[in-house]
Amino acid sequence: MSISVSNISKSYKNVTALQDISFNVKAGELFGLIGPDGAGKTTLFRILTTLLIANKGIATVAGFDVVSEYKKIRNNVGYMPGKFSLYQDLTVEENLEFFATIFGTTIEENYDLIRDIYVQIEPFKDRRAGKLSGGMKQKLALCCALIHKPKVLFLDEPTTGVDPVSRKEFWEMLKRLQQKDITILVSTPYMDEAALCDRIALIQDGKILQIDTPQAIVKHYPKQIYNVSANDTYQLLKSLNAYSYNHSVYPFGEFVHYTDSRANFNPKDLIAYLESKKLSNIEIYKTEPTIEDTFMELAK
Amino acid sequence: MKTILYIIQKEFKQIFRNKGMLPIIFVLPILQLVILSNAATFEVKNIKFGYIDNDHSSTSRALVEKFNASTYFNVLTVFPSEAIASAAMLKGEVDVLLEIPNYFERDLQNEKRNNLGITINAIDGAAAGIENVYVTQIVQGFNQNIKMDVLQVSDKQIQPIVIETIPLFWYNKTLNYKTFMVPGILVLLVTMITLFLSGMNIVREKEIGTLEQINVTPIKKSQFIIGKLFPFWVIGMGLLTVGLILARLIFNVPMLGSLALMYLYTSIYILVILGIGLFISNFTDTQQQAMFIAWFFTVIFILMSGLFTPIESMPKWAQTLTKFNPIRYFVEVMRMVMLKGSGFTDILPQLFKTALYAFIMNGLAVWSYKKTN
Repeated sequence: MSISVSNISKSYKNVTALQDISFNVKAGELFGLIGPDGAGKTTLFRILTTLLIANKGIATVAGFDVVSEYKKIRNNVGYMPGKFSLYQDLTVEENLEFFATIFGTTIEENYDLIRDIYVQIEPFKDRRAGKLSGGMKQKLALCCALIHKPKVLFLDEPTTGVDPVSRKEFWEMLKRLQQKDITILVSTPYMDEAALCDRIALIQDGKILQIDTPQAIVKHYPKQIYNVSANDTYQLLKSLNAYSYNHSVYPFGEFVHYTDSRANFNPKDLIAYLESKKLSNIEIYKTEPTIEDTFMELAK
Repeated sequence: MKTILYIIQKEFKQIFRNKGMLPIIFVLPILQLVILSNAATFEVKNIKFGYIDNDHSSTSRALVEKFNASTYFNVLTVFPSEAIASAAMLKGEVDVLLEIPNYFERDLQNEKRNNLGITINAIDGAAAGIENVYVTQIVQGFNQNIKMDVLQVSDKQIQPIVIETIPLFWYNKTLNYKTFMVPGILVLLVTMITLFLSGMNIVREKEIGTLEQINVTPIKKSQFIIGKLFPFWVIGMGLLTVGLILARLIFNVPMLGSLALMYLYTSIYILVILGIGLFISNFTDTQQQAMFIAWFFTVIFILMSGLFTPIESMPKWAQTLTKFNPIRYFVEVMRMVMLKGSGFTDILPQLFKTALYAFIMNGLAVWSYKKTN
């Protein structure tokens, strides 16, 4: 087990941030923590990176206890906080050199690990970190977190505020790192990124809702989902929410994801109902559930 | 060791890249030394002086002439009556009023004694006290002269016994205020700059989030703290050097004692200040908070250091408090070594207290610095 968490609870003065969290991450796994803002993801990261002490429970990272063996953990993990936290007034190269030095290593020693990422920012190595674009900052932060060849990598919302192209690139980089025997724990509020993980834990209000592979989680979805569209989406939402047989109604891009509470649901009934609400161009067809649907269902 | 050196190198890079910081470190102290040393004087000059002469005799005119001749008093205004003079004082047109009574000369000759009315505007108590001294000096001088004139032959049997005091001001013969203010102000700027910079430095890492990143690295507390604070120790010593050169060149302050001794004491003293700075930054979350707390302590330390007001004039409890004021010892040592040429054994008590203070403050600071929370 690369990361093992059992019964971890943490509360701040009046707020319970984590409640009885347990899960295991295997060596070399890319594990995702998926949950909305304020779900307790960052608190969990801070406990696992020894920055915070839990009120209850035991956790080990790379085989070391987070409380009694925290010094060993600090040598073996890389942490990339959600907020960009490198020295803005030092250049790209100086930042990297700084982190290499305090980990007692050099850039050359582990260069092959970061080469793929570093070549992309190397043209800007004399630029101050504060003057980089968002995607570049992210890559630099990842390089700094990897420079000491960690066994476990913690990435707290690495793609928040990054453009879609850079996000995609970033996940490709993670996939490549995984092949170099690095266990990765990543948190994200984006459900589409969840599908890229080996396993995910859905987390809300400090509790884990479900842990499984993204495919299995989707399979657990109990109902048939329909994509519904019409000429006026706002009116459509209002009408569906008013429909007495609805089970769930969520806007999803240009469609509305709809599930019905009846077992013998016939889409024609719904079309008739929507037409009575003066909607036109109505389309209804079956669709596969996504992780977002599952999350919404579980979070209900 | 390599880690510490690297952190120090990084700190210096950051300090010299911060365009706002450089003038604060090097230009402000120089301005402070030049301006404050010239401005912070206890002498009161150009006192607005007015008088009411009810006597109109040669003696009264001679007395007024004395004031006229003094460099401290300015713009002599004659008031016809006390009421008008009081009104002028109320308006702030005059600070010191002299009232010469009726028959001043006649009574002086007949009774060998007389009284003068002096009114001083005491809105600024310190200035009023000094003005009073000046007035007394002039009147006394006048008294000496007049004794010879008014004493008549018949009185020769009664020889007045006059005891005169002639003070010698050791270590500062001419009572030049710059001679004792410059060492004090030098202390002030070394303290302020190092305290503010060190207090804000670690908080800054907290603010921009780098401290969290540092905390998950295997770096040791001591390595990090030494690496962070050492550059400010160097800056503090640099400031002392700049200040001493200016004191010598611009103000021609005597430096009787050994320079090495001053540097030895300062090197320990800066440790105290850095300890306080680190302690502050451990308990604050933003640079703003750190700044306010550092400012609060500096003001108290400076006002109670004996720099502007003598410690001897403070109430007993305040005097006890000043024993916990590191600036007090620094001011004492600087004045002793520079003006009096004190040696190592003379400043040993201050040196010992400062070293103890440095040990306690840094111990507290390191103890309260936590990598986890």
